[in-house]
Amino acid sequence: MGPLIVILIYLAVVTYIGSVAVRRGKNNTEDFFLAGRSIGPMVFFLSLFATNMTAFAILGSSGAAYKQGVGIFGMMASSSGFMIPLTIFLIGTRLWALGKRFGHMTQVAFFRDRWECSGIGTFIFALSAAMIVPYMIISIIGGGTVLEEMSKGLVPYWLGCLLVTLVVTLTVFLGGMRGTVWVNVFQTILFMLFGTLALLVISSNLPDGGFGAVLSKLGASPKGFLLSREKMPAEVFWSYSLIPLSSIMFPHMSIMCLSAKKMSAFKNTVVAYPLAIMAVWLPSVFLGIIGAGVFPTLKGTETDGVLLKLLTEYAPVWVSGILGAGIISVVMGSDAHQVLALSTMFTKDIFDYYGGRQKFGEKSSILFARGFIVVLTVVAYLIALAKPQSIFELAVRFAFTGFAALAPVMVAALFWKRSTKWGALAATLWVTFWLFLTGYLTTISEPIGQELAKAQAAAQGGKKPGGKPGAGPVEGGKPAGAPEVQASPAAPASPGVEPTPAAAPASPSIEPTPPAPTEKPAGAPEAGKPGPGGKPGGKKPVTAKPIFPELGGLFMRSAAQVTVYGYLPVVPMVVGSALLMILFSLATKPPSKETIEKYFPGKAEK
Amino acid sequence: MKNYALALLVAAVYVAHQDFWNWNDRGLVLGVLPVGLAYHAFYACLAAVMMFILVKFAWPTRLEAEIEALGDAAIQVEGH
Repeated sequence: MGPLIVILIYLAVVTYIGSVAVRRGKNNTEDFFLAGRSIGPMVFFLSLFATNMTAFAILGSSGAAYKQGVGIFGMMASSSGFMIPLTIFLIGTRLWALGKRFGHMTQVAFFRDRWECSGIGTFIFALSAAMIVPYMIISIIGGGTVLEEMSKGLVPYWLGCLLVTLVVTLTVFLGGMRGTVWVNVFQTILFMLFGTLALLVISSNLPDGGFGAVLSKLGASPKGFLLSREKMPAEVFWSYSLIPLSSIMFPHMSIMCLSAKKMSAFKNTVVAYPLAIMAVWLPSVFLGIIGAGVFPTLKGTETDGVLLKLLTEYAPVWVSGILGAGIISVVMGSDAHQVLALSTMFTKDIFDYYGGRQKFGEKSSILFARGFIVVLTVVAYLIALAKPQSIFELAVRFAFTGFAALAPVMVAALFWKRSTKWGALAATLWVTFWLFLTGYLTTISEPIGQELAKAQAAAQGGKKPGGKPGAGPVEGGKPAGAPEVQASPAAPASPGVEPTPAAAPASPSIEPTPPAPTEKPAGAPEAGKPGPGGKPGGKKPVTAKPIFPELGGLFMRSAAQVTVYGYLPVVPMVVGSALLMILFSLATKPPSKETIEKYFPGKAEK
Repeated sequence: MKNYALALLVAAVYVAHQDFWNWNDRGLVLGVLPVGLAYHAFYACLAAVMMFILVKFAWPTRLEAEIEALGDAAIQVEGH
């Protein structure tokens, strides 16, 4: 009851902050969608970070670490710490400058203008919207399950989802971008302190020698592999480093970049970003490992609740409440931006672009946006009630990969004057094709995945998992995201987890993560000798099988996912997308001199 | 020359992410932090340093100045 009261107070405070923002707003789309491009450096950093982080960063990462060990941090968090600020620095700043100069409010508006295209822009819009909608729904599912878990069932799942949906809707509906970023400041401070606070509280209450003793004992147990990466395929670890390219391509991230008042707001943001990611992820991953030592028998989705279990066991009630609010804040921070981004895209890229604003006026655009927000969140809530978790987790996992593979399109648009709309179309079609192919391969290889999962469970003395197709970590990530996002470059971002049984009633469901790391495919190179404390491996169990034996190792299936020669599908997708962008651009007519002069002043050929 | 050095720095930091030498190391730093975790915590700090260097030496100053100069006239009618 105590934690619930703290969380409800938190939700009330958030709603109040969001509603205050409405008084500061002006009645135009520039203000509603981008806060009049007036966000200062500190708020910009806190808000951009909140946009990027999902509950996966806290719950999913600890659950993934529980199952796969410390490698999760290197694979997902530190790779994001490298890639996300780098893409914000290279792409975000340029997007901001062009947005400020030409008034773009979305990526699609930029693409349409940059390549003098209409239909191709609409196609990119459709693909982006299709990839972000599941992400938004998963956030609501995550919020509902976390509230149910934290309140020990006092707040049923449907009511938890409703509370999260209501708060997010009110914040975005009333305050638009301004309301959302004001709330983010409060939320981000809360969830950035979460890890440190959880670490301190749990550390002071752990019996018998604290963390060191737990880890020493774990190292000597059959689960000792969790202290290293010996069960993580090197190919997956490397391929995951491409997933964080998705971060800047997520519409809610790129739109957030457009809201800064000055370009200098990006400076401290990109420097602090890797440290902020570390502040959130490191304690969560570490506590996931500690959880494996303290509660060694968790199965399936229970593992995503390991952090909540540690808090319940080793933290005072009021602290649990504050930490629960921290978890909810990370869920809602990204969800609000996803709702706002979808509203911005539909209003600017569809309603306004196809004549709505011209016909009905500027105020009608805001009316449309607000109406859209209500309809979108109601529909998302109704879908969330059905808890179609495995489908959406899979969709989000693919979204991180898909957005990462669209990054070459953005790079070409910004830095290569010779790039053309046909190159962009070819790259986008390639990404779409691979998303369908990966979905198809995942579906048809499900029996192999189930069989491998069963074998692994048996090898670990566990029960038969009831993994659903592609079920990833459940939040209570993204991606990620992974990134797990997502994975994500903070993906992204959603990753690395073996399929989990369908969400147990009381297990926190986390947003799916970007692609899950698989076990080493048969025939993949070994990653080195057993480390200190490592037991001689003996005969390694088969952890991946070819989907089409006649194609050899081209398409492999592990318990969790499909790989291509052992690598995540993001590798051929990004490489192919870049190559097609180049080849089709060179083979087709460049944009007009006027357009090139507009975007590359002084560089148009005479 | 400066740009090449910066590109080399970025490439080197990217490569440093693949710490294969820690792959199977189950050791604990200071008796409490697994080696693989400690290394990547250090790596996150290294990424922050890299970003600091990029901001210092590769900031798009000219672009920033152009936009600043445009001031209130910056936002034109949306170019669709």
